[in-house]
Amino acid sequence: MSDMTSAKSEMTSAEPGMPVADNRVSAPALEMRGITKRYPGVLANDHIDLQIRPGEIHALLGENGAGKSTLMNILYGLAKPDEGDILLDGEAVQIAGPSDAIRRGINMVHQHFMLVPVLSVADNILLGDETMTNAIFMDRSEARKRIRELGQRFGFEIDPDEKVGRLSVGWQQRVEILKALYRDARILVLDEPTAVLTPQETTEIFGVLRRLRDEGHSIVFISHKLYEVLEIADRITVIRRGRVVGERVPSATNEEDLAELMVGREVQLTVDRGESHPGAPRLSVRGLNVKNDRGREVVHGVEFEVRAGEIFGIAGVAGNGQDELVEAITGLRRPSAGQITLDERDITNAEPRALHEMGVAFVPADRHRFGMVLSFPLTDNFVLNEYYEKPFARGPVRDEQAILVHANDLIERYDCRTPSATVIASTLSGGNQQKVVVAREFDGELTLLVLDQPTRGLDVGSVEFIHKQAIAKRDAGTAVLLVSAELDEVLELADRVGVMYRGRIVAVLDGRTAEREEVGLLMATGGRGGGITPVEAPVASA
Amino acid sequence: MEGLLDVPVLGLLLQLLLFLVDVLTRNGTIILALAAPLALGALCGVMNERSGVVNIGIEGMMLASAFFGWWVASVVGQMAPGQPAGIVFGITIPIVAGLLAALATGVVASLVHAWLSISLRVDQIISGTIINIVAFGVTGYVNLLLSRSSTPTGGKFVPFQPPQQLTDIPFVGWIFEMFLHQGPITMSVIVLVIVVQILLMRSRWGLRTRAVGEHPKAAETAGIDVIRLRYRNVILGGLFAGLGGAWFTLDFGSSFENGMTNGRGFIALAALIFGRWHPIGAFAAALLFAGAGSLGIAIRTSPPTGQLGDILTTIPPQLFSALPYLITIIVLAGVVGRSTPPAAVGRPYERESPA
Amino acid sequence: MITRIRRQVAVPAGAIVLAFLVGAVVLIVSSPLVTGHLDVVLPLRTYYALLQGSVLSFNAIVDTISNATPLVLVGLAVGLGFKAGLFNIGGQGQFLVGALAAAGAGAALAGASPFVAVPLALLAGVIAGAIYGFIPGFLKAYTGAHEVVTTIMLNYIALQIVGYAIAGPLRAVGASFARSNDVGNAALPAIINQGTGHEAHLGILIPVVVVPIIWWLLFRSTVGFEIRTVGANPDAARYAGMKPRRLVVLALTLGGLLAGLGGAIEILGRERYMAAAYSTNIGFDAITVALLGRAHPVGIVFGALLLGGMRAGAAAMQSQAGIPTQMIDLLQGVILFFLAAELVVRRIFRIKAAAGGGVDELQTVTRTYSGQTTAP
Repeated sequence: MSDMTSAKSEMTSAEPGMPVADNRVSAPALEMRGITKRYPGVLANDHIDLQIRPGEIHALLGENGAGKSTLMNILYGLAKPDEGDILLDGEAVQIAGPSDAIRRGINMVHQHFMLVPVLSVADNILLGDETMTNAIFMDRSEARKRIRELGQRFGFEIDPDEKVGRLSVGWQQRVEILKALYRDARILVLDEPTAVLTPQETTEIFGVLRRLRDEGHSIVFISHKLYEVLEIADRITVIRRGRVVGERVPSATNEEDLAELMVGREVQLTVDRGESHPGAPRLSVRGLNVKNDRGREVVHGVEFEVRAGEIFGIAGVAGNGQDELVEAITGLRRPSAGQITLDERDITNAEPRALHEMGVAFVPADRHRFGMVLSFPLTDNFVLNEYYEKPFARGPVRDEQAILVHANDLIERYDCRTPSATVIASTLSGGNQQKVVVAREFDGELTLLVLDQPTRGLDVGSVEFIHKQAIAKRDAGTAVLLVSAELDEVLELADRVGVMYRGRIVAVLDGRTAEREEVGLLMATGGRGGGITPVEAPVASA
Repeated sequence: MEGLLDVPVLGLLLQLLLFLVDVLTRNGTIILALAAPLALGALCGVMNERSGVVNIGIEGMMLASAFFGWWVASVVGQMAPGQPAGIVFGITIPIVAGLLAALATGVVASLVHAWLSISLRVDQIISGTIINIVAFGVTGYVNLLLSRSSTPTGGKFVPFQPPQQLTDIPFVGWIFEMFLHQGPITMSVIVLVIVVQILLMRSRWGLRTRAVGEHPKAAETAGIDVIRLRYRNVILGGLFAGLGGAWFTLDFGSSFENGMTNGRGFIALAALIFGRWHPIGAFAAALLFAGAGSLGIAIRTSPPTGQLGDILTTIPPQLFSALPYLITIIVLAGVVGRSTPPAAVGRPYERESPA
Repeated sequence: MITRIRRQVAVPAGAIVLAFLVGAVVLIVSSPLVTGHLDVVLPLRTYYALLQGSVLSFNAIVDTISNATPLVLVGLAVGLGFKAGLFNIGGQGQFLVGALAAAGAGAALAGASPFVAVPLALLAGVIAGAIYGFIPGFLKAYTGAHEVVTTIMLNYIALQIVGYAIAGPLRAVGASFARSNDVGNAALPAIINQGTGHEAHLGILIPVVVVPIIWWLLFRSTVGFEIRTVGANPDAARYAGMKPRRLVVLALTLGGLLAGLGGAIEILGRERYMAAAYSTNIGFDAITVALLGRAHPVGIVFGALLLGGMRAGAAAMQSQAGIPTQMIDLLQGVILFFLAAELVVRRIFRIKAAAGGGVDELQTVTRTYSGQTTAP
C-alpha cells in the first residue's frame, strides 16, 4: 500500500502538462520481469520481459495459446506467476487479486466481456467499486451522473439504466471501457478487443484508445491481427510459445515480418483457395423465420442457396441471428416459418439424425457444448453421431473393435496429436479437440458441410489445416456453409458472402472481390446508412 | 341466499368459496405460522442461490437446528430450573440458549456445505444430500438415546396476545390476529423477508451477491472475492435455516420428533423457485403452501356441513396429507420453465484456470 | 488393470475407514447416554456386535445378503440416474409403490399356482415402480421440474398412498392392525432355511441376473451409450441425433422399474404382507450404495453388501451394545461425507488420483438444476 501512495504523489509532482510519452521513455509505468507460469503439461509463460511506458499503446502480439492471456491474467492478479517480478513505476509489487490490481490503477477489458447481462449499465460499472451513500446502500444517482459525464468526455453517451444484455457488443465494449475509466485506470489492458467488432466499430474504438493515450494512460493491446496492431500500436512485443521473440515499432516492420515472428516460420497470409466450380444448388433456404430460446423471432425471412462445390460464407457481428439460423439448418431448432431443402428434398423439420444420414455434417461453434463429450474417450467421440450404424453397432450391440479401428484411422488421417485413441477427450489441446470434431464430421461423402466458427481460438497451424480441408471438401462437390464472426476468415474462404444483420441477409457479395470495408459497413448498418445498395453478386463461373 | 346454496353445481361452488373464506380468515394465524419455516428455509435458499450455490440441504439444516435448539434448551432448563419467564413471548434463559444453539447448528451445517461445495467443488446437490443424511442420522441417534430417560422440555416461546379491541374489529380484525398473535420467530419472518429483499436490491452486498450468482468471473474481475462472498452468504443463510429449525421446537412446538421437518426444507426450495428467487415472492409462495396445508387440516378436523361437507368427507384423508407435496410438484412443473434462476447457480467457481 | 481397480476402490475404502473412526468418536462422546458413564471401549463393543450381526456367522451372512438384495436394485436405480445426469432420490417412493403393488397382487393371487402368482406379483411391483419413476422423468423432460424436488415429494406422497391403500381397499379383514392379506402362494420360496429365522429367499438370485444386464446395457449397448452421453453432455447428445427427453424419461422409468422390483422382492420374499406403517430407509441407503459404487453396477453390488451388512448388524448392535439403529444412518452419512471430500481421504491415505473417479464423475446432477428443458 505504502509504495502505491508514494508512487502516486511522485507522479503528480512531476511536471504537469508535459507530453508524457516523450518524457518518460526511460521510466516504464509497468514492467514485468522474467515472468514464468507453468500449468500441468504446459509452459504458458517462459521468462517473459515486458515494459509498458506511460502514454503508449503497446501491442502484445501472438497466436492463440501463445501465452498472452496468461501473462495478462498474472498482471491482473487472476493467476500467480511461478517466477518473476512485476514493477509499477519502478517498484516491485505483489498483485494479490483483481481488486488489488484495480487499486493500483490496472484495469482489464477481457475478450469475453466481464459484464453481467441482467444488471444495468450503472450496476455493472459500480460493481466492485461502489459509490455509497452510507455503509450499506449504494448511491445510484451519483453514479449515474458520473457515468454520463465520463461518457460525454469520451464521446459516447449511454443510458446508465439500460440492461447490459440489451446492448450490442460494440456498446458492451464501451461499457467495459467506462468501467475502467470509472476506476481511474492508469494502465488499461484490452484482450482481443476487436474480435467481435465490425471494421467501423474498430475504428471508433481506436479513436477512444488514442484519446486515452493522449491523456497519459498506458494501454496494452492484445491481438493476433497484424494489420490492426500495425495501425494502433506505438510499440509491438511478439510472443510465441510463452516467450518474447521480438520487439518492433510499426514504422520498422510489416505484416510478413510480424507473421513470421509470431508463427516461427514463413506463413502464407492467405490460403490459396483456388478456382471453384459451383454446380447445381444443393441447400436452399426460403423465407426462413427462427425464434430464439426466449421465443423472440431473431431470423426473419432469410433466403439463400448454397451450390455444390462452393463455399457460401455468412458474415455478421455475433448475435445477429447466425446461431439460430445454423441451428435451424442443422435440425437443432425448429424454424417458425419458411422452408429448407437439400437436393430438392424438404428438410425443414428434419431431425439431426435424418440430416446426418443425408450426408449433412456440422462443425459447431462451441465444440465443448455441442461437438464432443469431454469426459468420453476419443473412440466414443469419433462415433458420436454414427454409433448406431454399421459397422459400429449391430442392432443394439456396440462393436468396440470396429469403433477402435475407426478412431485410429481418423487419428492418423487427420493428424490428431494424442497418446492413444482411448484417452479422455478433455486431456487434448483445443486444436486437437477441434481436429477430432473435424475428422468426425469431414469423414465420408458429404452433401452439405456447415462450419460455424470452425477456427475460433485455434493456432495458425490448425487454422490452415482446417481451411485446406474445407476447400478440399468444396472441390469434392460438397456445398459448404461457413458462418463466422471473423470477417477475414469469411473473405478468405468464401466464394460468395452473405451479410447478416438483425436477422436478415442484407446483401450477397462475391467473396473474391468484396472489400473489407464494404462488408464491414453492411455488418454494422445493414446497408441503410452507408449508401451501399445490397446487390446479388453474380455466381462465379457457373 | 339460502336458496342459492342449494342450486346444483353453482351452489356447491358457492359453498366451497364460503368455506375457503371461512377457513382462511379463521386460520390466518396458523397459516402464517406454518409459512414461517417455509419462508425461513426459502430465505436460506435466497442467500445461497443468489450467490450461485444450490442448497438442497436446508431440510437437514432445519432438522438439526430444531433438534439441538430443543436439546440445549432442555439441558439448560434442567441446570437452572424455575426461572421466571420474561415479559414478552415468555422468554426464559433456556429458550434463548436453545435459540442460540439452533442458530449455531445452522451455521455449522452451512460451513460444511460451503466447504464441500465451494472449496472442494463437490457437486452441490450431493453435498446438500449428505447434510440431509447426516442430520437425519445424528438427530435420530441422539434423540433415541435421550428418549430412554425422560427429557423435560426446555419450554417454548409464548405467542404475543394482541389486545382484544384490535382483533375484534369486524372484517379486518383477523388480520391483526394473524400477524400479531404469533411467536417471535414467526413474527420476525415478515421483517426478515422485507429486509433481505431491500438489501438484495439496493445494497452493495446485494449487488455483489447477484453479480456473483449470475457471472462470478465478471465479479471476480471487478475485484470481488467470489469464494469469500459465497462462503459468507452460505453461512448467513445457515442462520435463517437455524431460525427455521428453532421454529419447530421453540416457537410452534416444544418437543422434538425424528424427521419432524417432514420435507418442509424441500418445499421451501419450491417456494423459492415459485417466488422467482425474490424473498417477497418466496414468502408469498410459502403462504400459498401453508394455506393449502391448513385447508387440508381444516377439512379433516372441522369439515363444512351440508352437501359440500358430505363430498369432502368422502375424500380419503391421506389425500389432504399429500396435498402440500402434490401442490409443490404442480407448482414446479407449471412454473419452472418461466422462472429464470441465477445463471451461475450450481456451478462451482474455480479461480485459476489455464488460458 | 489391477492398479486401476485398486485406485477406484481406494477412496471408498478410505472413506469407510474414516467414517468408522468418526463413528467411534461419536460413540465415545455419547456413551454417557448409553451406559451412564464415559466408556472408551463402547466403539469396540458396538463394532464387534455389528460384525457379529453381519458376517461372523452363517446366519449373519444370510441376513446381509438378504438385506443387500433390494439395495442392489434400488442402488442401480439411483446409479442409472447418475449415469444419465439425474439424481433419483425417489428410490424410496418407487420401492414403496412396488412393494404395495406386489402386496396387493400377491394377496389377490394367494391361492393361485406359485408359477403364476410369483411372476405376476413381481410384475405388478415392477410396473408400479416404473410408473412411479416415469412421473418425475416426464416432468423433468417436458416441464423442467427438477427431479430432486419432485422425487422427494413423490416419496412423501408414496407414504400416503400406502397408508390409504392398506388402511382402505387392501386391508386384511380381522387383522389387529392395518395390514394387507398374506401373499400366500405368491411368496418367493426360501432357498436357505435352517429354521433359525434367518432365511434367504429365491429373490437373492435376482441381482445375479439383473446386474450383468444393466452393465451390458450401460456399456455395451447403443442405448446405454445414449444414456451416458445425455448424462455427460445433453447438448452433444441432441447434436448427435439422440433424444435427450426420451432418454431422461427412460432412465428414470427404468430406475423406477428396478426400485419397484426391489420393493416387490422385499414383500414377496421377506414380509409376506404389507403393513400400513411399513417403513424403510432404503432411499437414503441406496444413494450411499450408488455413490460408494460410483454408479457402476459392480461397484453397487459391493456398496449394497456393505450397507446390507450394516443394516443386518444393526439389530445385534442394538441388543448387545445398546446402540440405536440410527447409528447406521449417521455412519452412512459420514461415509458419504468422506466420499465427497475425496481430497481429504486422499491426503490422509496418500492415494493418488484416479482419472475420472470419485464423486466428481457424478458432477452432472446440479447442472440441470436451473430447470432448462432441453429444447426440442
